[in-house]
Amino acid sequence: MPTLANSVGNGRRLSGLLALLVIAALLGGAGAGLALEGFRSGGELAGFDAYLRRVTAFTLWQAALSTLVSVLPAILFARALHRHPNFFGRRFALALLAAPLALPAVVAALGVLALWGRAGLLAPVLASLGDGAWPGVYGLSGILLAHAFFNLPLAARFLLAALDTVPADQWRLARQLGLSPLQTFRLVEWPALRRALPGVGALVFMLCLTSFTIVLMLGGGPAATTLEVAIYQALRFDFDPLRAAQLTFLQVALAGGFALLLARLGVAAAGEAAPSVSRRQLGAIGPGETALNALILLLGLGFVAGPLLAVARAGLAADLLRLFWEDPVRQAAATSLVLAFVSAVLATILALALASGGARRGGRLGMRGTGAALVLAVPPVVIGAGWFLLLRPRSAAVLGPAFLVASVNALMALPFAARAVQPAWEAAASRHDRLCRSLGLRGWNRWRIVDWPVLRRPLLMALSFSAALSLGDLGAIALWGSDRFQTLPFLLLSRMGSYRTADAAGLALILGAACLALVLLSDQLGRRDAEA
Amino acid sequence: MSGAAGVELDQVRFAYGATPFSFDLRFPPGAISAVMGPSGSGKSTLLHLVAGFETPEAGRVLIAGQDVTALPPERRPVTVVFQENNLFAHLPVEMNVALGVKTNLRLSAAERARVAESLARVGLGGKEKRLPRELSGGERGRAALARALLRDRPVLLLDEPFAALGPALRVEMLDLLGELQRERDLTVLLVTHQPEDAERLASHMVFLEDGAVSAAGPVNEFFGGLGPERFRRYVGRRKS
Repeated sequence: MPTLANSVGNGRRLSGLLALLVIAALLGGAGAGLALEGFRSGGELAGFDAYLRRVTAFTLWQAALSTLVSVLPAILFARALHRHPNFFGRRFALALLAAPLALPAVVAALGVLALWGRAGLLAPVLASLGDGAWPGVYGLSGILLAHAFFNLPLAARFLLAALDTVPADQWRLARQLGLSPLQTFRLVEWPALRRALPGVGALVFMLCLTSFTIVLMLGGGPAATTLEVAIYQALRFDFDPLRAAQLTFLQVALAGGFALLLARLGVAAAGEAAPSVSRRQLGAIGPGETALNALILLLGLGFVAGPLLAVARAGLAADLLRLFWEDPVRQAAATSLVLAFVSAVLATILALALASGGARRGGRLGMRGTGAALVLAVPPVVIGAGWFLLLRPRSAAVLGPAFLVASVNALMALPFAARAVQPAWEAAASRHDRLCRSLGLRGWNRWRIVDWPVLRRPLLMALSFSAALSLGDLGAIALWGSDRFQTLPFLLLSRMGSYRTADAAGLALILGAACLALVLLSDQLGRRDAEA
Repeated sequence: MSGAAGVELDQVRFAYGATPFSFDLRFPPGAISAVMGPSGSGKSTLLHLVAGFETPEAGRVLIAGQDVTALPPERRPVTVVFQENNLFAHLPVEMNVALGVKTNLRLSAAERARVAESLARVGLGGKEKRLPRELSGGERGRAALARALLRDRPVLLLDEPFAALGPALRVEMLDLLGELQRERDLTVLLVTHQPEDAERLASHMVFLEDGAVSAAGPVNEFFGGLGPERFRRYVGRRKS
């Protein structure tokens, strides 16, 4: 239908198209690198040897186990939290569940070590429980602990939201019929949980399948290596591009397959569970169940709070003042800030351009649901590896890698930025488009007078959340970093590698606090937006 | 302004989804015409075609004898008051109204005075700095009218502008609208669901059904039991 809307919206459509081109170029470059490597090697790429088989098997195995140890306790935890809608500290418990989302994986991995490691806070207790020596948690056990630290709270929040969807009348009915807690679970709670479980499980599996930092820091040697870490090792240590290309192909195929599955299950990968803060009492709860739930809640909260406290403790014990005055630290901090700022601005602009380009219509431009899952399928390490294969950086270049790292981080943050910007943009457009057209308000004047005041808050929200993601990311910098080009997470990793544990702990505290502050800011902006 | 502007839709064809519309009619210049009809009969579409939010597939839209079919909304000699979202919620009343003078909001002293005058004319003097949410529904309607006056266009389109107001406020707004129309010799197209609105204010009536004009003529021919059968049925059902 040739309506005027089409002719007026051309500029906006163009901006959406441009944003898509930028994304396509980023992904395309990585794909070209891979294809080129495959071409150079002739047919060798197709070989699937014992090493590849072992790495693939471990990747899938740890992801499956991680999903189990995250989701099963999350069911108990979410249910306990749901059964007791009014206890003291519930609000705090919900905030604590959201905290791991804000924490960079490097910091979490360090927290797990500081708590569960051989020299960790719990080591004396664990040693006395066993036969006298606590071996620590490197390898599979460490990976599982860290994955559970991230994903148990995530799953619990989604499941809690699922329980919130049970209509109040069903609870009243259960109470009137005098159902026991077990019967209530079977008839009322389980059906709601079961509907959510496939999606939640697939999401957690996907996150663990593509998890890089945690496996890199906690995985031990060739026995506990995933595809992504193997890509990194092949490029960084073995200089074996063919192997890296094989691994990358495998990773993309695996993750891509699961991303499609995720999209079909209808899970919003960038979505956020928003469990209600307080509710009415739902039914009579006996003292036995109350005690059990209290125990579950305490264990769960302790599990999440433990690594956080351990990071804080270890970090405060470090010589923070000296650390601040070290040149490498200050340079890394400056680099991190600049990169985070650039990639956050880029992610926000891309999100805005996609929104204004009409990405909303039926997800035609694909940044919804499916798009977000696909971004998960091509994590930073994979894109970084593709470009690495394409460019084969040998010299100690800084500007190129910096630009690449910032762009890859921006792409990673895009689904989250889009989630903040898109609904606000759509609401504003539906309210203002016609009025603006009737007044002839457009271009810079429309942006200045109408769009900016209305979208300022969601844009800042997207900006600060993207900055937090980029600030804490190790995946993109791991391949491209060098002595001349390092960020805080990169520096943290290298300090750990040279056994300067106290330095690493101090850096983790600084990094964790910065990311937490940014995410809290983003959260605050979003909350006030919801009230306005 | 040199005389009032007539509005004419000449063999206009338009389709909204699967629903076809065809309009061929003329609104008298310098008069208030009421546009009535059941939901989905094409009242808003008719208004949007005149305002330029929709472009006909065939036919012409003429205002004051000029073919405006190809002109975008802001270049037509027309101004619109919508049912809702007439004001930007984050801008004070004064700025919302000033947008009718200059869309970059850089106003000269003389233009500022015009804004103040216009606000005073609709009874909003002293409330210039308020945000829309700090005004009553009636006051928001007045602000929209104040801006419409400042835009100084010979044709004023209103799409159920007072539907959300209580009876007393609505009568007040209708009387204000009538005064303004007489002062400026405006051509007004008023979409409404309320027969009383039409009876109180309009001199001309257009009754739409199924995407086309079903009956049109002086308002007094429509009321008092002598109107077209279908119009009587429509109004009768509403009154019962």
